[in-house]
Amino acid sequence: MFPRWFDKWNRENPRDIYGPAIAIGVVGGAVFAATMLVAFGQPYATDSLQTGPRGTGMSVPEFEADLAKPDPGIAGFLATTSAPVIPQGGEEAARTARENVPPGLEDLTVENYDRLLAAMRAWTGIPDLFENPDSYQTAVGHTMIAMTRTINEEWAGHVNANKQVGVTCYTCHRGQPVPSDIWFRISPVNESAEGWSANQNRVTVQSQFTSLPSDALEKYLLDGETIGVHDLESRVAGVPGQDGYPGIQQAERTYSLMNYVSNSLGVNCVFCHNSRAFYDGAQVTPQWATESLGIQMVLALNNDWLVPLEGLLPENRLGPVHADAPKAACKTCHKGYQQPLQGTNVIADWPELATAGTPDYGN
Amino acid sequence: MAEYQNIFTQVQVQGAPEWGMDDTGGRLMEERAGTPRFSTLIGWLGNAQLGPINLGMLGVVSLASGFLWFFIVGLNMLAQVGWSIPEFLRQLFWLALEPPGPEYGLSMPPLNDGGWYVISSFFLLVAVLAWWARSYQLAASHKMGKHVFWAFGSAIWLFLVLGLFRPILMGSWSEAVPYGIFPHLDWTTAFSIRYGNLYYNPFHCLSIVFLYGSVLLFAMHGGTILAVTRYGGDRELEQIVDRGTASERAALFWRWTMGFNATMEGIHRWAWWFAVLTPVTGGIGILLTGTVVDNWFIWAQEHNFAPLYDGSYGYEAYGSYEAFIGQGGE
Repeated sequence: MFPRWFDKWNRENPRDIYGPAIAIGVVGGAVFAATMLVAFGQPYATDSLQTGPRGTGMSVPEFEADLAKPDPGIAGFLATTSAPVIPQGGEEAARTARENVPPGLEDLTVENYDRLLAAMRAWTGIPDLFENPDSYQTAVGHTMIAMTRTINEEWAGHVNANKQVGVTCYTCHRGQPVPSDIWFRISPVNESAEGWSANQNRVTVQSQFTSLPSDALEKYLLDGETIGVHDLESRVAGVPGQDGYPGIQQAERTYSLMNYVSNSLGVNCVFCHNSRAFYDGAQVTPQWATESLGIQMVLALNNDWLVPLEGLLPENRLGPVHADAPKAACKTCHKGYQQPLQGTNVIADWPELATAGTPDYGN
Repeated sequence: MAEYQNIFTQVQVQGAPEWGMDDTGGRLMEERAGTPRFSTLIGWLGNAQLGPINLGMLGVVSLASGFLWFFIVGLNMLAQVGWSIPEFLRQLFWLALEPPGPEYGLSMPPLNDGGWYVISSFFLLVAVLAWWARSYQLAASHKMGKHVFWAFGSAIWLFLVLGLFRPILMGSWSEAVPYGIFPHLDWTTAFSIRYGNLYYNPFHCLSIVFLYGSVLLFAMHGGTILAVTRYGGDRELEQIVDRGTASERAALFWRWTMGFNATMEGIHRWAWWFAVLTPVTGGIGILLTGTVVDNWFIWAQEHNFAPLYDGSYGYEAYGSYEAFIGQGGE
């Protein structure tokens, strides 16, 4: 393919071209990479939130690129919220001016009722919400309004732990009739197995795609089993797994739950714990207490409000395995953020949802 | 390109197969099975000759028993996914044969609730112990020392502690390790956390010292010998019997580097002891966990080697969430 003189010259002048080529390639590649880094900056730069004493490695890292992007849900909320119409006295009440008013909202002024109804329809993505009194959505909606008010009134210790933020329908629904990140009972997950062998070692959403138990949410956030892993003395008399002493099984199930919490909040273990002694109350962060309240709140929401929906919901809204009602947990509100909607105050505009009593419009 | 360059072994010898000795009672030859052949591929990694193998009665028992364990585990996994081969392949790393729950203690549980685990464990025990005995038998028939046998024994010690001694002392098969890829790793984490952080177990510390020490010694020794191969240093036995310039240079290198050097013989004792002590100390640490100490972190505090750190817990002491996510002004 080359002229004969070229092949002849090459034959007579053997030269190692691979050594220099590799050297130039390596050095050139390094120079190119260094130039790009200097010119465009570190593409995977991280920032971290220190959560404990120096030397313990306690920090929550995040990519700066992720931190720069606000939760897209915030814009969605701001587009659907509106300032309350402060009653001056003498307005018509919703009960006389409108039909099919959900219980608890009858005494709102008609202006605020219309405002709230429009928002609830936008938040849940159900354009005719509360129009048809026979629809199951109406019955469920009545329960959900009461639940939202209960969360705001009774669980402020968790919801408003950092500052007033509150919850509305939007906190979970985000414009969808069925909120994302709900869960159903799926255990047992293994066939031909019983007991401890039957509830783990499968790729499931509930196990966060680990081989850890798939029944952690069910046991701890529905059945209310005590979350306990350790002995609190260096030597105890009991046998693990018997008489209330936790076994390795409880440790695995708890680990599954903790993975769920971490992924729901976009944090790691050391957001709440000093990982050298997970149980030690002297080495946990204030977020651990907030989280403990959150677990109690989820237990109450599931048992008092969501499980009873089973009789109201149509079959296609029930769980695929046990036909159970959809249930909530951390991620249903948090959606991967430390604080839902990154700490946006959603309740300030909606005193109607903040209390089961008379709304406080500040007048 | 150099003529003999390959992955590990510089020169491949492929010729008439080597059959080995037959000098102890004439049994060795008759128990040797398989026609020897050569493989360039395995020659890159080691000796190019493949076979014959002296399996022996113990080897047959070990393989048969081992395969029984293997198939019990595999078929249980397959049953768990409803005998679906695609699901079996997809979830293979997640699946496991689990030990029974703590409610069964040391009794025989139902087959589908840990019973298969106990049965398969028995076969695994037979397989491992038969292979161990075989390593003694083969060493004896070659009139070798039993160093490999004892080294394998140290690994078996840890295996027995995890699956037999400790569960019996704890009074429950549920303390044993599940047979599965990810599940046994979950178990390892959960075991450490359940018993208050195994990093504070001093025997775990020792085991890590010997493990990392083994790695360091292996790298130092391998590196040293490769570095003096050009002087015949890779013929270690000759260098031990009749010390040559390779040994002298290797020794001088380390003496000048750190003032001390091992000997051509002694380095192998260093390596053997470090490797053997890794599972020996680790096994002691596991055996003490839950039987003598239930929370290693508290134990470490009581024995004054878990340090206390000054400083606050919680990000509020170090910054704000709003600043972290770039919401200014709050």
